[in-house]
Amino acid sequence: MKFLGFIVVCLTGTLLLYGTGEFPDWGDPDSPASIHLSNYYIEKAVEETQVPNLVTAVLADYRGFDTMFETAVVFCAGLACFLLLRDFREKKERFYRHTPTRVILHVKDSKKVLKTGKEFEHMDKDWVPSDLIIRTVCRILIPFIQIYALYVVAHGDFSPGGGFQGGVIFGSSLILLAISYDLKTLVRRIKEKVLGIYAALGVLIYVGIGAICMAMGGNFLDYSKLVPIVPGDPHHIRALGMLGVEIGVGIAVTAAMVIIYINIVSEGKHDEGL
Amino acid sequence: MDHYPALIVIAPLLAALLAGLAVWIKERLSYSIALMGLGISTFSAFKVLMQVINFGTIQYKMAGWAPPMGIEYRIDLLNAMVLLLISSIAFLNLLASCKSVTQETSDRAGSFYTIYLLFVTGLLGVSATGDLFNLYVLIEITSLTSYAMVALGDRNRGPLASLNYVFIGVIGASFYLLGVGYLYLKTGSLNMVDVANILSGIQGSSTVLVAFILIMIGIWIKMALFPMHIWLPNAYSYSPVAFARVVAPLMTKVMVYVMIRLMITVFGFDYIFETLNLSDAVVWLGTIAILAGAVMALSQTNLKKMLTYIIVCEIGYMVGGAWLGNELGMTGAILHIFNDALMTFALFLAVGNMVYKLKTVELTDLKGLFGKMPWTMAGFVLAAFSIIGVPPTCGFFSKWYLILGAFEAGAYHFAAALIISSLICAVLFFKVFEICFFESMAHGHGDSHPPVEIREAPISMLIVSGFVSLSLIIVGLYSGTIVNTIILPFLK
Amino acid sequence: MTDLLPLIVAKYNYWLYVILMMIGLYAMIAKNNLIKKLVGMNIFQTAIILFYVSIGYKRDATIPIIQNAHGGHDAHNAVIHAADYINPLPHVLMLTAIVVSVATFGVAMALAVRIYQRYQTLEEDELRMRLVDIGPEK
Repeated sequence: MKFLGFIVVCLTGTLLLYGTGEFPDWGDPDSPASIHLSNYYIEKAVEETQVPNLVTAVLADYRGFDTMFETAVVFCAGLACFLLLRDFREKKERFYRHTPTRVILHVKDSKKVLKTGKEFEHMDKDWVPSDLIIRTVCRILIPFIQIYALYVVAHGDFSPGGGFQGGVIFGSSLILLAISYDLKTLVRRIKEKVLGIYAALGVLIYVGIGAICMAMGGNFLDYSKLVPIVPGDPHHIRALGMLGVEIGVGIAVTAAMVIIYINIVSEGKHDEGL
Repeated sequence: MDHYPALIVIAPLLAALLAGLAVWIKERLSYSIALMGLGISTFSAFKVLMQVINFGTIQYKMAGWAPPMGIEYRIDLLNAMVLLLISSIAFLNLLASCKSVTQETSDRAGSFYTIYLLFVTGLLGVSATGDLFNLYVLIEITSLTSYAMVALGDRNRGPLASLNYVFIGVIGASFYLLGVGYLYLKTGSLNMVDVANILSGIQGSSTVLVAFILIMIGIWIKMALFPMHIWLPNAYSYSPVAFARVVAPLMTKVMVYVMIRLMITVFGFDYIFETLNLSDAVVWLGTIAILAGAVMALSQTNLKKMLTYIIVCEIGYMVGGAWLGNELGMTGAILHIFNDALMTFALFLAVGNMVYKLKTVELTDLKGLFGKMPWTMAGFVLAAFSIIGVPPTCGFFSKWYLILGAFEAGAYHFAAALIISSLICAVLFFKVFEICFFESMAHGHGDSHPPVEIREAPISMLIVSGFVSLSLIIVGLYSGTIVNTIILPFLK
Repeated sequence: MTDLLPLIVAKYNYWLYVILMMIGLYAMIAKNNLIKKLVGMNIFQTAIILFYVSIGYKRDATIPIIQNAHGGHDAHNAVIHAADYINPLPHVLMLTAIVVSVATFGVAMALAVRIYQRYQTLEEDELRMRLVDIGPEK
């Protein structure tokens, strides 16, 4: 297998290098790729869409249809992880801590469930005493990370950023919560159901905006047709439409990231892990 | 209303998302949402086909941007037909699979339907789009959903088969993406028609040649042409039946469609058959695929596995036919996309009915089935005749065109392979019939399985199965009409 | 060799991407451990991203965000020179490709977890032996 693999790899490499023979030099401003569509986008996009960040303009408007499916891919990955791993059966053995005495109980009978609350506390199997410094630092950091994420989503028109980036940052703040405390804390704050609904809802916002455009008489995702129902400067309608879909993307990506994380680290049990 | 082209793809996508919401709110709703989404899609596809036949190619500009800047849907006779085929097969399968989904994925039916709809959305988008990169994204949606579905099937082998499918699928998709990158570097555009216009000026370029090879290899991997087929039999036979019934007829056929689309619309016949002159090599590849697929099918003891190898064999027909380089061969290949999708669908519907009742479909499990499930077996026999190529069924006509094309091109080895594989298929299916008809249940059944009380499958499954099997004959009788109104005008 | 060297220097980005891609592809084909294969898959996809981003680069150009588009004193009269900004399209395409590769990676990891739950191993040869042990497939 190794030898065969080596031959295949060498053949592919030779083929690819043979193709580079006629490439224009790297960074050549007159190469075909940098002239045809690229120049149109650079010269016309601001005028047509009022969005100075060209990547956002192309991503969410000229090629917005691609981006919609891209969001659907993320949603699909989240759903696939849920479908493959989620296991609703309770674990056989559990660990509890008696809070006043700090005694740890090991319950092997799956039917016996202690009521957690003031007296007993549920705990992980490979529990380590959590570090006060880590917890405190993360508690302070998480709100700032989340605000930054919102900024990245909202400011995607003018600076690098957008729904995907913002969504990933927001999702990572939630994952940080799970790492610094434990998975239970995260699952307690954000129910699985909420995540599932948000993931679908985020993509639905995107597709919905496109469908509204269609209902208003334009083509699918043609934001300029939204003028009658969106308050604000009609001149900036495309920028507003883009903001709308970016928010949808952000919600979907956040939820999908957290779903993927939770399901993989806890092997679908949603109780403990990492 | 002129939004039908968009609606074909958007309706199942919206339905998928609503079904995804319904999973968390009221799971039973997801089935009816799915049914509605695919119903709208089928209706729109039918409308679009009528419009295309009457008024010619339809262009739909996404977000209202003119083609090279934005993404366009460009629907001509070929993809209008493929779109109708996909949406109606998906719709019919959904009608038939309500019960078997509940049986196989008891507590996750809602998520199953969501993934199913996303898969169909991907296939529809692949067929409708006129943009090279959009094609990649949609291929990835179909692949991602199939990875998930394959792993849901057989608990022991499903995940491993699926992971191997992931590796090979990623290599295929990445090769395609690289090829598109090479094309983009030379042309600066991603729209198929625009790229074709620019390409006609730079045909001698080695970069374009490499792009062509990469794209073709990528698509061949995705369609499981013979040496690259290893993922297919495992992946398809371990997936849940309700999904296998739609992935087996559609996925590979859509990839064949993509190949033909790129050959005709992007690179052009002149480039492929005159500048490069690759016809002979690929027809040989197709010939080998046919023979290898047929021989491997012969050695299987599991009905599902056997059928998946027949798919490998059928891919050889279509690739070979498309690369013969003449009109007859191409007509045969395109006609075979439709016919083979219907035949495979009919076969898998029958197999689905068997699996629903028997749980396993080792050949030894099938003893005495003619007596127990007469209607299912009737559908199976019709579909099998069509695969073999018995005259009034549709399988005969596409093979006829392929053989004529092979003679015209002087590719006698291809014609010989077609005939040999038909004979092997005949042997295969008569072996199955013999087991089902002559050997009675009393002998040997139940060695390892507890005796099962077998009766006919649920009526919803039978009606769809019967309808599709009968349509094989109807399509066969009307193949002349299909060729004259759709395929020949398209090739002109 | 003397002819080849300037060729490589002028296009060293493309050569680097090919080498990276070969490493990834080799790992995907030849490695025995499924996680190593996944890592190879990631390297492979990253190489493609490098390739596309290389296409978009232009000498003496800056990131594709138009300066002074709003609010500058001569905003509406300002002429935008295409040569000043790099090509935005490959960046857009790669954003999509990155998302797709992350999604594929997530699903592949989930599959790996499933396999580990069932067989307690991720080595391919051991998995093959286990499959033989299970006996004829159903």
